[in-house]
Amino acid sequence: MRTRPEHDSLLIKGGQLIDPAAKINAPMDVLLRDGRVSEVAAPNKVRGTADEKFDARGLVVAPGFIDLHVHLREPGQAYKETIASGTASAAAGGFTSVCTMPNTQPVVDTAEWVSWLRNPERGAAVNVFPIAAATRGSKGGTLTDFSALQRAGAVAVTDDGKPILDDDIMRMALRLGAELNFPVVQHAEDTRVTEGCSMHAGPTSFRLGLRAMPAMAEAIIVDRDVTLAQQIRESRLHVAHLSTSDALKAVRRGKRAKARVTCEVTPHHFTLIDENVGEYDTNFKMNPPLRSASDREAIIVALADGTVDAIATDHAPHALHEKQVEFERAAFGVTGLETALALAITQLHREHKVPLARIVELLTSGPARVFDLNGRGTLARGSYADVTIFDPKKKWTFDGASSRSLSRNTPFDGWQFTGKVVATVAGGKIVYHM
Amino acid sequence: MNKPARGSLLGIEHLDTKEIVGLLKLARRMNPQKARPLLRGKRVVLLFYEASTRTRTSFEFAAKALGATTTLVQSSGSSIEKGESVVDTGYTLRAVGADCIVMRHPSAGAQHLMATHLDIPIINAGDGMHEHPSQALLDAVTILKHKRSLTGLQATIIGDIFHSRVARSACHLLSRFGVKITLCGPPEFVPDVAASLVPGLRVTRHIEDALRGTDVIMLLRVQKERLAGQKIRLQDYIARYQMTTARLKLAKRDAIVMHPGPIIRGLELTAEVADGPQSVITDEVHNGVPTRMAVLARAMGKAR
Repeated sequence: MRTRPEHDSLLIKGGQLIDPAAKINAPMDVLLRDGRVSEVAAPNKVRGTADEKFDARGLVVAPGFIDLHVHLREPGQAYKETIASGTASAAAGGFTSVCTMPNTQPVVDTAEWVSWLRNPERGAAVNVFPIAAATRGSKGGTLTDFSALQRAGAVAVTDDGKPILDDDIMRMALRLGAELNFPVVQHAEDTRVTEGCSMHAGPTSFRLGLRAMPAMAEAIIVDRDVTLAQQIRESRLHVAHLSTSDALKAVRRGKRAKARVTCEVTPHHFTLIDENVGEYDTNFKMNPPLRSASDREAIIVALADGTVDAIATDHAPHALHEKQVEFERAAFGVTGLETALALAITQLHREHKVPLARIVELLTSGPARVFDLNGRGTLARGSYADVTIFDPKKKWTFDGASSRSLSRNTPFDGWQFTGKVVATVAGGKIVYHM
Repeated sequence: MNKPARGSLLGIEHLDTKEIVGLLKLARRMNPQKARPLLRGKRVVLLFYEASTRTRTSFEFAAKALGATTTLVQSSGSSIEKGESVVDTGYTLRAVGADCIVMRHPSAGAQHLMATHLDIPIINAGDGMHEHPSQALLDAVTILKHKRSLTGLQATIIGDIFHSRVARSACHLLSRFGVKITLCGPPEFVPDVAASLVPGLRVTRHIEDALRGTDVIMLLRVQKERLAGQKIRLQDYIARYQMTTARLKLAKRDAIVMHPGPIIRGLELTAEVADGPQSVITDEVHNGVPTRMAVLARAMGKAR
């Protein structure tokens, strides 16, 4: 008889299963075996046996969370984050799958680098799905070899950190993406009007004397891209970190026209506004910037009504010396993996009455659909054994210094939250336990 | 990160009205001609990341008139050139024994960054487009030499408000005393959002409308390259917004004309206005030293 490795099977007992893809929101036990979901049954009705049991009484059991937008900084910037540290942070935040952005050093624009990212030697604690560059060096000039990147395991292409600005390049990217069923992810920013800007244009930027990015700089690109996506049959456009009410209007237009347009929103954009920059706090500087109160309200409505497909963190670690400088010189970006669920529950569920099942959808089946991560984002029988177990009522205080990320650039240090990840299971193994 | 040290002056916006009143009173008592060694033995560093004539020399004279020693550190010819960060430069100056840093920097908020890392007072001598608090104070001192009180006055600020730290500080200070402020200029220089800066602020594009019945006219320098950057023709700007003798007649008869300098004759104002009887432009420069004496004395706890 074959000897089985430890934790080969795990029974998660007594929890409330929320699996929006399977339309389940009920007390259920889940049996994981050999890296897959082997059985989902009413309490105490699971027939198979397990080496190990997890008592999930009073907890929510959900498919493993998927983050469509993280910067793990490798290759090239391991002083900010590594794949090992970033995925450990992901596990602590309940994410069992993360999609990595290609704006590393060098840029991930070849099949070799995509394979390098997926190599087990990187020491990832959770699944890593690379997003490759859409243009060589993300310089916006020449498209990369989409087909080779896709074969190597990339789930999408983007020039994130920068937009694909040129109309023709964007059209060609969408057209090639359509042939390959490959999503093109756009960082929507008209950089022709945002050069030298460090926050959102409004009363706060005027008061602080900071050059600022108008909301229109995002909307104008989303508007163009949606128009292109409507024209190019079968093309797939995904709008990264959408932050303005006008950009949402463009996305709604595309969705109504049945174009394959999707979008994601970050926890910091549904939580904070430009005024929170306070007196030049660089931990509130990111791109897109924190927007107006009315943009935030529009985003929350869109998260609730289904316009938004996914919550994505845009986890963007930076070293202290890159943040402890003049606001205008400080690096853009904040960490976010370990606070995403807590912000979603605290802000969206408790404050704005978004149902818990909808929040789980935005973290699981929603993102899985955006990049066709089949067998993930659900706990239907046969799916991957990726599970997130959380306590929606647990009160806790976030201590930035205790984060598993190598960086500390969070705007939420010391914040009090409701809702906490208790355990994260990736590929049938417990990768995080509170 | 800590709170800025007591005595720091980072901006007018967050300064108590009581403190402003105290500084204005103290400034009027300060006399640069009569040495008053309140700050004997104190070391004041003038840390200038940006060019300056007026502000730098008047802070230096002010410090010396109070008996302090001063040293000038500029970006060129210092470690700043070698890539030292603002905070590290601050730690260094503190370690060599600075008691106070007077700082000018092209980036808004740089002084705030410095002040939250050092335990000595930081005086903002201009940060990017944000604030220039000692200028607002000396302007208030100047106005008070010509008007009995700030309350009830009407002030008009004309020119490139968007890029102006002087305008922002002036608005914060004047509005605190109930001055009715009108901002005037093209939308590129006076965006509509400017009206949100302080309560009761008005924006207009018409200089005649802005000047009618006003007590105080503050002109701002207009940089030709900024006009060009905004695709505004120089002649058009002059035609619409230049301060002329004829336009000055629209204001109250005893209205005063102010300008933080440097002035560009023939652009934002004519030579006749600059040298005319209503101009108090050189008074402002003159009031710079006693005002900055007050600021420094307060910074080092000698505000008596």
